[in-house]
Amino acid sequence: MEENKKTTGIVSGIIANLVIVEISGPVSQNEICYINLRGTRLMAEVIKVLGTKAYVQVFESTRGLRVGESVEFMGHMLEVTLGPGILSRNFDGLQNDLDKMEGTFLRRGEYTAPINTDQAWDFIPLAKPGDIVVAGSWLGEVKENWISHKIMVPFKFEGKYTVKQVQPAGTYKASSPVAVLTGPDERDYEVSMVQKWPVKIPIRAYTDKPRPFRLMETGVRIIDTMNPIVEGGTGFIPGPFGSGKTVLQHALSKQAEADLIIVAACGERANEVVEIFTEFPELDDPRTGRKLMERTTIIANTSNMPVAAREASVYTAMTLGEYYRTMGLKVLLLADSTSRWAQALREMSNRMEELPGPDAFPMDLPAIISSFYARAGYVYLNNGSTGSITFIGTVSPAGGNLKEPVTESTKKAARCFFALSQQRADSKRYPAVDPIDSYSKYLEYPELQEYLSENISEDWLGSVLEAKNILLRGKEAYEQINILGDDGVPIDYHLRYWKSEVIDFVILQQDAFDKTDASTPIKRQKYMLGKVLGVCNTGFSFEGFEEVNPYFKRIINVFKQMNYSLFDSEDFKKYEAELEEIINERKAA
Amino acid sequence: METKAFQKIYTKITQITKATCSLQATGIGYEEMATVNGRLAQVVKLNGDNVTLQVFSGTEGIPTNAEVVFLGRPPVLKVGDELAGRFFNAYGDPIDGGPAVEGEEREIGGPSVNPVRRKQPSELIATGIAGIDLNNTLVTGQKIPFFADPDQPYNQVMAQVALRAKADKIILGGMGLTNDDYLYYKNVFDNAGALDRIISFVNTTENPPVERLLVPDMALTAAEYFAFDKKETVLVLLTDMTLYADALSIVSNRMDQIPSKDSMPGSLYSDLAKIYEKAVQFPEGGSITIIAVTTLSSGDITHAIPDNTGYITEGQLFLRRDSDIGKVIVDPFRSLSRLKQLVIGKQTRKDHPQVMNAAVRLYADAANAKTKLENGFDLTDYDERTMRFAKEYSNELLAIDVNVDTTFMLDKAWELFGRHFTRAEVSIRQEFVDLYWPK
Repeated sequence: MEENKKTTGIVSGIIANLVIVEISGPVSQNEICYINLRGTRLMAEVIKVLGTKAYVQVFESTRGLRVGESVEFMGHMLEVTLGPGILSRNFDGLQNDLDKMEGTFLRRGEYTAPINTDQAWDFIPLAKPGDIVVAGSWLGEVKENWISHKIMVPFKFEGKYTVKQVQPAGTYKASSPVAVLTGPDERDYEVSMVQKWPVKIPIRAYTDKPRPFRLMETGVRIIDTMNPIVEGGTGFIPGPFGSGKTVLQHALSKQAEADLIIVAACGERANEVVEIFTEFPELDDPRTGRKLMERTTIIANTSNMPVAAREASVYTAMTLGEYYRTMGLKVLLLADSTSRWAQALREMSNRMEELPGPDAFPMDLPAIISSFYARAGYVYLNNGSTGSITFIGTVSPAGGNLKEPVTESTKKAARCFFALSQQRADSKRYPAVDPIDSYSKYLEYPELQEYLSENISEDWLGSVLEAKNILLRGKEAYEQINILGDDGVPIDYHLRYWKSEVIDFVILQQDAFDKTDASTPIKRQKYMLGKVLGVCNTGFSFEGFEEVNPYFKRIINVFKQMNYSLFDSEDFKKYEAELEEIINERKAA
Repeated sequence: METKAFQKIYTKITQITKATCSLQATGIGYEEMATVNGRLAQVVKLNGDNVTLQVFSGTEGIPTNAEVVFLGRPPVLKVGDELAGRFFNAYGDPIDGGPAVEGEEREIGGPSVNPVRRKQPSELIATGIAGIDLNNTLVTGQKIPFFADPDQPYNQVMAQVALRAKADKIILGGMGLTNDDYLYYKNVFDNAGALDRIISFVNTTENPPVERLLVPDMALTAAEYFAFDKKETVLVLLTDMTLYADALSIVSNRMDQIPSKDSMPGSLYSDLAKIYEKAVQFPEGGSITIIAVTTLSSGDITHAIPDNTGYITEGQLFLRRDSDIGKVIVDPFRSLSRLKQLVIGKQTRKDHPQVMNAAVRLYADAANAKTKLENGFDLTDYDERTMRFAKEYSNELLAIDVNVDTTFMLDKAWELFGRHFTRAEVSIRQEFVDLYWPK
């Protein structure tokens, strides 16, 4: 590291968390600085420079700050610390470890170390002297919870390096050197288990980013069956308040088939984060038998925490995800809610008196959102292994109106659209994902289609599309019935409508609070879709339309009891037999 | 406001707008309090030596040579047990004729609770109102508003909820309360013999609107004192948050900020969240629960104020007059308590979640049947049964004048199911049907 003399400055103006600093030397855009408030250091980021004035956004409250106070610039952008010991931690948006902070209330200017660099880890070397390595190459590994945490060539290293020496297997402190690399300049560099990286710059330590093709199971039927997300895919969940965004996100974080879950609670309710703190250490991860918290890391910038750090929080979360992806892991990143992040951008743009775009959001909002979503993806690493970040963000559209800038910009960037509908939420049809409006672009990917036919069944895609079609026809029939009246349409319309209701009640609706129904493995989803389509393809005979409704209610009721029973259990089979009887009552000859 | 010796008095104001005035001064802290000819003001902008002050009561009659004194501190409230039973204005000065409260000075609008130092809310708050206890159960540490049109009896319902909930302290933050409503609260609390548990910070319609901005922070600073220092259960009532948001927009407008949706400041979400997120359950026992009122303009919840509120609070309660029974009910469709999952079926009977959902679903079927009837279609037998069910459900459970306990509500719901429906139509987990279906 070069020993530059640090630039300093003097506070010359304050408007809320925008502070204007008179600078005495060079500063760079997005550089971090500390404002000295009579002994308390407030962290801030440069967001604009005008002559000798640097505009900085302060990550804390500026109450009591005075003109004339001193500012010290740090010479680097906002960075996160990467190394073993990140998992299961609760960080704030700037990667301060919340558990290490003293007292019940957050104190301004208190910054805590994200990881304990004195902690010792059992190191196993993976590289040997003479190996040619690049940024992101694996030098060794340590066990962090149950995952093999790779110790990598720091991402800041450019060009090819030669391994000069690697420590033998043994126990080392995170901060002590585990390898020596010779650089392109013939100089030797020591590498420890810890490195730093600026959050706003993507980590590109991979060789290739192909189109994603592997299904990522979530246990949520309306996603897995109807609108599947893939490993390395992107999706977003827009919905008005009360439509079940948070419940759906929590279900994903509990059930998704990922190695690691990173949750960025971005400007949302503190009690929702507390729910994760409280419940996840108790819940089992069915895949590993360990506690869910062991694979979960939380970046919490709740709505009452400083607004400027809200923007940082999503970048911090993404950077941690990229770090673990480079170890060859499947990472699921959830951000709730990206609208709050956009609002933080708006507040700042407003204070800087920039010309506003639609709804007073900054003009470059679509670009910011799409370059953020682009950081997700499935990658081939330098050594041929693979890793992925699947990113699902929620959007909180103002007034539930999907034609607002954040939703529209996100729609262009994300490939899955899980639209939550107020109407479905009102009639308690949860998860309230609209079956008609929602989509997964991945269903159109030949790569995924091939994967589905190999891993589920050859006719799976056909069945899914058939179910979608029945839903659409059911909706049309329902509209006709509403216009023409129950007796104004042929019985066939009632049948069409009720068949779509069977799919709705049995496949689409799922009780997130029932221990059995909450998560459905893909095998069971396949079985149930087959059963339901069996009913839909059966011809029934009825005398009048009045008979249709009570009959199908019975079918739905038995199906629901099946959903509540363990798969293939006695109860399950009992209800299945009961279902067959009911079907046979009315089966057309 | 007392002036201390050695305090510098500035007498040269350079700029006056409706709500702000500016002057040259040095060594001033951001958000510091000041007086301008005795009126309270706060620093909202510093640019070199140029200081902009927001004058809470407005700048009418302020001369360019007004005396400006900086107080060297942000807004504070003196906290202590003596607050109990007292009425204050937005500045925390008594308005009940009693003496000033002595106690420790606390900054209002202070720092937030570290999320890892919170406890998950887990204590049910019983109100006896089925629309709340059965369908939208409240929990300590929750924040929830009533979304109501101005003509609905929200203040009455809120007072009723406050008195039935077993809170150690009830703190009323009144913003733009009419004098009549202020006196109503005072009377109700007095008649219930609860005055010693009540603390009120009131800005009535007779006071300048911008003063309101201090009310929630005052109320919540007092609440934190009792909940954190004294480990008490505190219930905070904030009425009406729409008028608070209106005051925010007045200020931002006068500061030349670019308005976002519905002329509200772009920071509305953060401003409201800072208030509502003070609701907390402390691990050591104390808690702050916030029940607020957000008045709507003819039921429009897409307006920026209710919309942002909905994203912050843990649910919302709607009041509606049910014309079939002629009574006010808590609307089961649009109301929601997000935290109910933490207590229902756990602190209440196990069948609670399923009974609640089934009843609301059948009530929704009744609403569809009603639409059908209005459109001139024939009703099926099922339609007619749902409508009969809905009327009884509304009258015997949802009406806000019903005051019963949760077990009674559940039994009543099963009774209504048995009276009007078959087991398949109700579609509840078999084990509960076996236990509770009326014989």
